[in-house]
Amino acid sequence: MSTANASGASAAAAPLLNVADISLRFGGLKALSEVGFSVGKGELFSIIGPNGAGKTSLLNCISGRYSPQEGAVMFEGRDITRLKPNKRAAIGIGRTFQNLALFSHMSVLDNIMVGRHHLLKNNLLTGALYWIGGAQKEELEHRRKVEDVIDFLDIQHVRKSTAGTLSYGLRKRVELARAVALEPKLILLDEPMAGMNLEEKEDMARYIVDLNEEWGMTIIMIEHDMGVVMDISHRVMVLDFGRKIAEGLPETILANPHVKKAYLGEEDEALEDPDAVSPQAVSA
Amino acid sequence: MAMTTMRPCGDFRTSYRADQTIFATRVTFAFVVLGVVLLACAPLVLNNYYLSLMIQIGYLGIAALGLNILVGFSGQISIGHAVFFGFGGFASAFLAEHGVPVPIAIVLAGMWTTAVGLLFGIPAARVKGLYLAIATLAAQFILQDFFVRAEWFTGGTHGALAAPFEIFGYDMSGDQRYFYVVLVFVVVMYLFAANLMRTRDGRALIAVRDHYLSAEMMGVNLTKYRTMAFGISSFYAGIGGALYAHYIGFMSVEGLDILFSIQFLAMIIIGGLGSIMGSLLGTIFMVLLPEVTQALASALQGSAIDKALHLKDGITYMREMLIGAVIILFLIFEPDGLAHRWRQIKAYWKLFPFSY
Repeated sequence: MSTANASGASAAAAPLLNVADISLRFGGLKALSEVGFSVGKGELFSIIGPNGAGKTSLLNCISGRYSPQEGAVMFEGRDITRLKPNKRAAIGIGRTFQNLALFSHMSVLDNIMVGRHHLLKNNLLTGALYWIGGAQKEELEHRRKVEDVIDFLDIQHVRKSTAGTLSYGLRKRVELARAVALEPKLILLDEPMAGMNLEEKEDMARYIVDLNEEWGMTIIMIEHDMGVVMDISHRVMVLDFGRKIAEGLPETILANPHVKKAYLGEEDEALEDPDAVSPQAVSA
Repeated sequence: MAMTTMRPCGDFRTSYRADQTIFATRVTFAFVVLGVVLLACAPLVLNNYYLSLMIQIGYLGIAALGLNILVGFSGQISIGHAVFFGFGGFASAFLAEHGVPVPIAIVLAGMWTTAVGLLFGIPAARVKGLYLAIATLAAQFILQDFFVRAEWFTGGTHGALAAPFEIFGYDMSGDQRYFYVVLVFVVVMYLFAANLMRTRDGRALIAVRDHYLSAEMMGVNLTKYRTMAFGISSFYAGIGGALYAHYIGFMSVEGLDILFSIQFLAMIIIGGLGSIMGSLLGTIFMVLLPEVTQALASALQGSAIDKALHLKDGITYMREMLIGAVIILFLIFEPDGLAHRWRQIKAYWKLFPFSY
């Protein structure tokens, strides 16, 4: 937790994740065509692009929901292209979903405890015996870890509430907490700020930066809010129609004519100052 | 388990251990213990009719809890629960006949039923919803047929004798003694379930129910847990069936039909899906309802109303209709089950008389 990793802007020597020219097809529809990139340890990497560009499909390829027909996904030098999704938590990949995907009838606490599933050792029998087989001890130990995450994301007041009853912003935060609880090396965030108000966005941006810098997690984020993306990302990749059209530092992306054409919209006055890119220009 | 609980004012937990108990407060815990102690005194005061009803609630309640773990907690469906109940009964009778002491035979029968349940649970990994319902319907018919044909195991259409329950040479048959056997099993099985649901595997079951895609991302193996739910459910059904067999002393294929399976579903829906307590409440409701309507019907028989309206045999039919009507009304007005109503009542009294 303490290993501060602000080294930042460039991919470190050995990339944590290497996506080698993957292509994904659904029948005749080509969702991704030869998309390749790598993310270094400790990076905060953003993926942007218009709706339907294949951003979420790409994330699903990394998290194992889809497996690409061509190319390979390498994590820490290991080929995980065909690894089952439920095996990926244990190697250190966590994610949140674009549409809320909480266990809505469980308490917030239980939701986050499910995040620790792969770290818990108890089985059916020791669980049922609770006091005898060491399940209680384990539960209490992990409860402490979960409370750290709860403290970090400031959701103490709702820890016993049923997840489905919470407000949208809080649910997004609980979802992040659940992903953080599984202690991932790489965390995939699918539109963590969609549908939030300014204050909630600021909070969320803060949490993401803290996770990256203080908790030392590598982050891949899909987000539409250009202000946030350009502010906190180390590097940005742009997708359009399943193809990678640009990758680089936020400043260079903003200046890239292809990106402007495909996504940001051509506004001459916005070119001079990256901060002037307004959300309205992006929402197209 | 994952409900918002109202805690009494001033009840602050100072340790995580205190925060993860099954019963919210010491008072609740004390009441439950008191309840069990009072129940243990029941054979001293109640006659055999009431005891037999309570025993019935006991073994059916265990099986119903199994179905609730499958349907309510893991979000699957089974309309073949009765045959697993039956398999447990036959297996235990079979084992006892081959010299296994009855208490061990009951537990072993539970395990055998688990194996059968896992086998029939395999489709669960592939199909969901209505398709799974049909797959479990196949289990209902296949096993029912098996019971009739496998004479070496079940005695065929004649049925099998089940040895009386004996422990350390002490005969526990008869309502008054067998009541304690069932009580112990009920307490143990319900505690197991409550513990299971607050640890890793239980949470994984609920996670699979609520959102299987994200459960998978959290590292939950969907196939394993979906099949496992069938295993657990069958274990409970098997234990319930075995207790039934040794209570009656005889196990027969009769009555293990689809109606009985649906009755189990009715119990957990009325009691409350996904509620451990609800499984027992629903069973109590379904066991007592026919008795209450029977009492009403006998009171009506030969009364002034009966004479005025010439009901005669119609009373029997009215009784059946009343049972159906009560269940339907229940589903309309209390779709979340008795467990939900129970929570409402608790919340009401907690605030009474200052309900704002």
